[in-house]
Amino acid sequence: MIHSLFLVNASGDIFLEKHWKSVVSRSVCDYFFEALERATEPENVPPVIPTPHHYLISVLRHRIYFVAVIQSEVPPLFVIEFLHRVVDTFQDYFGVCTEAAIKDNVVVVYELLEEMLDNGFPLATESNILKELIKPPTILRTMVNTITGSTNVGEQLPTGQLSVVPWRRTGVKYTNNEAYFDVVEEIDAIIDKSGSTITAEIQGVIDACVKLTGMPDLTLSFMNPRLLDDVSFHPCVRFKRWEAERILSFIPPDGNFRLLSYHVSSQNLVAIPVYVKHNITFREGSSQGRFDLTLGPKQTMGKAVESVLVSSQLPRGVLNANLNPSQGTYTFDPVTKLLSWDVGKINPQKLPSLKGTMSLQAGASKPDENPTINIQFKIQQMAISGLKVNRLDMYGEKYKPFKGIKYMTKAGKFQVRT
Amino acid sequence: MSTSSAFNDEKGGSSSVGEPEYGHDPASGGIFSSDYKRHDDLKEMLDSNKDSLKLEAMKRIVAMIARGKNASDLFPAVVKNVACKNIEVKKLVYVYLVRYAEEQQDLALLSISTFQRGLKDPNQLIRASALRVLSSIRVTIIVPIMMLAIKEAASDMSPYVRKTAAHAIPKLYSLDPEQKDQLIEVIEKLLADKTTLVAGSVVMAFEEVCPERIDLIHKNYRKLCNLLIDVEEWGQVVIINMLTRYARTQFLNPNINESLLEEGGVGEKTFYGSDEDEDEDEDEKEKKAEAAALAKRKPYVMDPDHRLLLRNTKPLLQSRNAAVVMAVAQLYFHLAPKAEVGVIAKALVRLLRSHSEVQYVVLQNVATMTIKRRGMFEPYLKSFYIRSTDPTQIKVLKLEVLTNLANETNISTILREFQTYIKSMDKDFVAATIQAIGRCATNIGEVRDTCLNGLVQLLSNRDELVVAESVVVIKKLLQMQPEKHSDIIKHMAKLTDNIQVPMARASILWLIGEYCEHVPKIAPDVLRKMAKSFTNEEDIVKLQIINLAAKLYLTNSKQTKLLTQYVLNLAKYDQNYDIRDRARFIRQLIVPTEKSGALSKYAKKLFLALKPAPVLESPFKDRDHFQLGSLSHLLNAKAGGYQELPDWPEAAPDPSVRNVEVKESVPEWTKCSSREKRKEKKVEKPFYSDSEGESGPTESADSESDSASGSESASGSEESGSRSESEESEEASESEEEEEEEEEKKKKKQKEVKKTVQESESEQSSEEDRKHERKSKPRKSDTESESDEDEESESESSQSESEDSESEAEVKKKKKASEAKPPSKPVKKESKKEKKEMSLLDLDDFEPSPSPQVTPVNTFLSNSLVTDLEGLSLSDSVLAPATIAPSSALKSYELLHRITGEGLSVEYCFSRQPFSPDANMVAVQMQVTNNATTDTKNLHIEDVKLQSGMRVKEFPEIELLAAGETATAVMGIDFCDSTQAANFQLCTHARKFFVSIQPPVGELMRPVFLTENEFKKEQGQLMGMNEITEKLTLDAKCRNEHAIVQRVTTAANLSRVPCGSDKECRFAGRTVTSSSLVLVTVATKEEGAAQLTVNCEKMVIGTMLVKDILLALTQ
Repeated sequence: MIHSLFLVNASGDIFLEKHWKSVVSRSVCDYFFEALERATEPENVPPVIPTPHHYLISVLRHRIYFVAVIQSEVPPLFVIEFLHRVVDTFQDYFGVCTEAAIKDNVVVVYELLEEMLDNGFPLATESNILKELIKPPTILRTMVNTITGSTNVGEQLPTGQLSVVPWRRTGVKYTNNEAYFDVVEEIDAIIDKSGSTITAEIQGVIDACVKLTGMPDLTLSFMNPRLLDDVSFHPCVRFKRWEAERILSFIPPDGNFRLLSYHVSSQNLVAIPVYVKHNITFREGSSQGRFDLTLGPKQTMGKAVESVLVSSQLPRGVLNANLNPSQGTYTFDPVTKLLSWDVGKINPQKLPSLKGTMSLQAGASKPDENPTINIQFKIQQMAISGLKVNRLDMYGEKYKPFKGIKYMTKAGKFQVRT
Repeated sequence: MSTSSAFNDEKGGSSSVGEPEYGHDPASGGIFSSDYKRHDDLKEMLDSNKDSLKLEAMKRIVAMIARGKNASDLFPAVVKNVACKNIEVKKLVYVYLVRYAEEQQDLALLSISTFQRGLKDPNQLIRASALRVLSSIRVTIIVPIMMLAIKEAASDMSPYVRKTAAHAIPKLYSLDPEQKDQLIEVIEKLLADKTTLVAGSVVMAFEEVCPERIDLIHKNYRKLCNLLIDVEEWGQVVIINMLTRYARTQFLNPNINESLLEEGGVGEKTFYGSDEDEDEDEDEKEKKAEAAALAKRKPYVMDPDHRLLLRNTKPLLQSRNAAVVMAVAQLYFHLAPKAEVGVIAKALVRLLRSHSEVQYVVLQNVATMTIKRRGMFEPYLKSFYIRSTDPTQIKVLKLEVLTNLANETNISTILREFQTYIKSMDKDFVAATIQAIGRCATNIGEVRDTCLNGLVQLLSNRDELVVAESVVVIKKLLQMQPEKHSDIIKHMAKLTDNIQVPMARASILWLIGEYCEHVPKIAPDVLRKMAKSFTNEEDIVKLQIINLAAKLYLTNSKQTKLLTQYVLNLAKYDQNYDIRDRARFIRQLIVPTEKSGALSKYAKKLFLALKPAPVLESPFKDRDHFQLGSLSHLLNAKAGGYQELPDWPEAAPDPSVRNVEVKESVPEWTKCSSREKRKEKKVEKPFYSDSEGESGPTESADSESDSASGSESASGSEESGSRSESEESEEASESEEEEEEEEEKKKKKQKEVKKTVQESESEQSSEEDRKHERKSKPRKSDTESESDEDEESESESSQSESEDSESEAEVKKKKKASEAKPPSKPVKKESKKEKKEMSLLDLDDFEPSPSPQVTPVNTFLSNSLVTDLEGLSLSDSVLAPATIAPSSALKSYELLHRITGEGLSVEYCFSRQPFSPDANMVAVQMQVTNNATTDTKNLHIEDVKLQSGMRVKEFPEIELLAAGETATAVMGIDFCDSTQAANFQLCTHARKFFVSIQPPVGELMRPVFLTENEFKKEQGQLMGMNEITEKLTLDAKCRNEHAIVQRVTTAANLSRVPCGSDKECRFAGRTVTSSSLVLVTVATKEEGAAQLTVNCEKMVIGTMLVKDILLALTQ
């Protein structure tokens, strides 16, 4: 299956290679570099590149290309999904997944890759299992290891491999038993010029941080499970129970994990929490353009809209922008033509606005294109779909855990066309 | 760079910072020496006896490998540490070894013995990792060692090790493809494994080694379907893909009726290409109606196994793993009835939220799907709307999907979307949008004019690329109805002044030439302008100018004659070969001269023939012959190792091949989840039923209640062959009634049996049995008279050899009525109450894993069996003689002589019964006789002295043995497959006697039932050192088959294997403790010459057995 893996940084250098079968010369990456050159944007490199003897499947995460070399038929998603899992694991282990972090922990990286694939076929990808095999590096452990000469490689077979709950390690112990669930919803929307909604949908996830002793068996029920239209589960969730009773019943992995992701049925109208008034015009003949943008909250159920960030890719003809924000700060990058405005919190009494002029290339005709405006925001303590967790129960263990549930709404791919 | 500074560096990574300076060019002298020196440090560190130093060195070496630096010269220093105690050092050494062993084959061999030792380690982690590394070392010389290791690991107790064995198979295969046949055998064995851990890996091995051996899947098909949900996600992908292919070969096309219609409907599709479009929806409805009508005429019934697959994969659409979702989606697309395919759309749309690489692959597949099944994705139209932040490749794919989804009802929305896209800053995307508009216009007649107008407006766009693309598309559209659009052509003619993109210019010229009759005034003027700029044009434009000139010359020679001549003259001296050629050719064709041939008469026809309009179609049109989700599909080219998705068969192959037959199952080691257990049980159902195996289409993991399935299996023997689910419920109720009847019959039968059958053996089987039987009938001695048996056997079959009831019981249920307990399979967890019945009706031998839930079923089963007994015909007599095992003369040995025992004498024999408390023990039956004049009290065992590994299960204390009385007791001894004696003290209330029991090798095994084929196959696996052959001359009295069978089975506890040839007798058994197979073949030749072959994994047992059998046959 996966023959080799090359990690390529943004400047096109291979800084790590790993082979699971015979060694494949790194010159195979030349085909990748060719494609990289052809692509105008870094994300436009085709994920699958055929070469005379191999196929290169790559993903781009954190400005690092993970290029897998394969030799024969394999479902491309299999490889892509695996590569993303590798990145997730690195992130889990090192906190960040950067070139520097990988280089600093090259031995752990190598050990991880060794355990994750055997002969190119995934062996252990579950983070709980990997952590039993290879302990994540911490400053304390590094120090202890140097002094005592002990290792950070587990000696035991990861018990999870054999148990019926491979995602959970055994013998978990905590003094404070806690279980936190974050219901995070994202609104994906396209708003057209006139302010009407072209498409809007809500996607949500429930991320959990469970630190419970022993083998707890949890059930989570919702007040309004019908809202959930399409769900995908962490393997720990008992599917039958969900089908029958719409209850999430599971033995959780230890630590952080994504319990569920869902899509709210499209029948429900989506409440759009912000509106944008915009007026971006270029006059024919003049080298000036006008830029006028005002944001306002709507349908937020009294909650504040926070961390608002507006960004827009202005047409190539724009040389500079001279704008005046009523709050927050804005930047305009004359090279990439990217305008971004960090608004902060929207105050309903005093709506934030950004007004001013844009200077165009002298003599050039007015640009045809209309920039789109991307908006990011957060609303705490609210799930925009109205989803509510009813209760969380624990079975199988005696103690009383501390439980917490948090709701949040965010903008996903929220775009306003102008 | 001094040693100290080198290892003060904390981590491998940071220490490597200094490396590039030498690493780049090892050939240059100075640098090379520093390289050498540096490696010296590492060598020194590796040679030290401090683990921390070794670890540091290894970390630095691994860092070098990671960065692609050559560290091969350190091989000897590193390989020394392969046996290092520090587990992290060891792991890193493994990493190194796997990387460089291929280059340093000889040195790599030094490490092999370490791994071989590791393979025998009691810790499964070490066994597994030893196998992993051993199989990863690509050194051809160790292929036989690898083969042996894989075989051994494939029957390891630990599923983790078995999984590793499955992983090792493709490694060995790639190293030496000639091992294929042997590897297939291992794969076959592992495919039968019931643990989820192994399933994914072995299917992966199957796909890499022998994807064409679809026959290996039959027996495991249902099990794989049922295990699927619990297999780890990567395994799921591989299994689902494999099962898709499997299902395509085994089941009928569920859309058979529709596809017939589709074939008829091809004509309709081309309609869309041409002008007359019909209402699509109506078509669909019609189709459906027709399909329904057709379906009524010729009902299609889905194979329940097909349904099982669809049902069990569906929940996986909810997986978090995109690859799994995609695998299920393609399975549904390729296998499900049309009406059910819709479920996958939602899941695929969900994947569009994922990383852009995932989106890319999913969209490619959606694009293909939308061509065939547009309706599926129509509700999700808006999910494919394009955002300005999408990467271009995603945008283009979404556009493709949107175009495929366009129909009369949604086209206006789609076009409005397209309009915004045209204003995008991403020019490649704009060009793609224009193409898409063109396609919508060709596909949907109503909007053609709107589209055309929109495109014409684009012609005034400032961006040349946009204009050019529009021209090209307009040209194609106009070709469909030129007469209506002469004004557009005029408009385009004007554009020649401005547009510089060659392709667009060429398109315009072609259009004008083609439709010059519609624009008679403008055309010559365009030619004039073109003639002026001819020399500066691109080749593609020049060709079109010549073309235009020729066409005008033919239609309007008066105005254009000179112009044409001029153009042709220019072309004659053009640099381009093609253009000169074309000019010459056209001149000959159109300008009439005396030399010109017959062709010039037809010049007009040649140039101005009506040209068919081009069909604008999706680039994804013909991709669906590749399995969706595959690499080949993505690239639209066959990738290496791609397995074609076979077409549906005309007629379904025999579905019964998937029935699971009764056979020795691989012992199950894993604890499985309750979920699994439930399934497992259902999978096992066929075991309880008739060996013909109606096992059940209905055994799916979900839905059916246990009780229903239980009774179904009970009634199975009568109801075999019934397949549809609807029948099942009836069955269940029927069988309940039958059970009652059977119950009564059974009781009667039992009574009969008790009277007629001598019971000597059963008394040994357990304490309870003995008591029970004593009540019913006074006991005889342990050996039995043959006449008794003959009576019994005559009633059942005409075979003279049927003295032995055990083996018959194994084979044919009817003989289960006899009391003998078959030794093949021990009762493990049966309740005491059950045991009584067991002794009468031996059922457990058919039951590979006695799980607690199973017990009630047994009673049902026995009922049906009894009825079976009555109805049995002679058909079994064919098998009966062949499967005879001995029991007649059980040889008894003296344990304690009357004199040494001071009146107490003890004899023992190996009863060849399974020892019920522990399957791994050999049952030893003792007969204690008190010859003294006083009573003996408290007879029991004490102070057992054993070799390691051996165990003894003592018999319960005999409290009182009156003078002259005889008592029997059964004890179990686990000899660990060795002939070591078990020493212990036999104690009475007064004395202790040291005694020892040493088993003959033949008693260390229990018979197993194999078919001839299985026998041959197993024998094939036990060649070489595991085979011992000996020539002999048969004893004069023992020259017939019967005698041979009797003697061999007396010497060893084996069962006969049926055999086609009368020159050969075959026997099979397994050692009691380790379950290693023991195969014995006696081939007779003329004059009493014979050849004895013993195949056994345990060589010691094999040699000893040869000796014993030799002795038995020659004396």
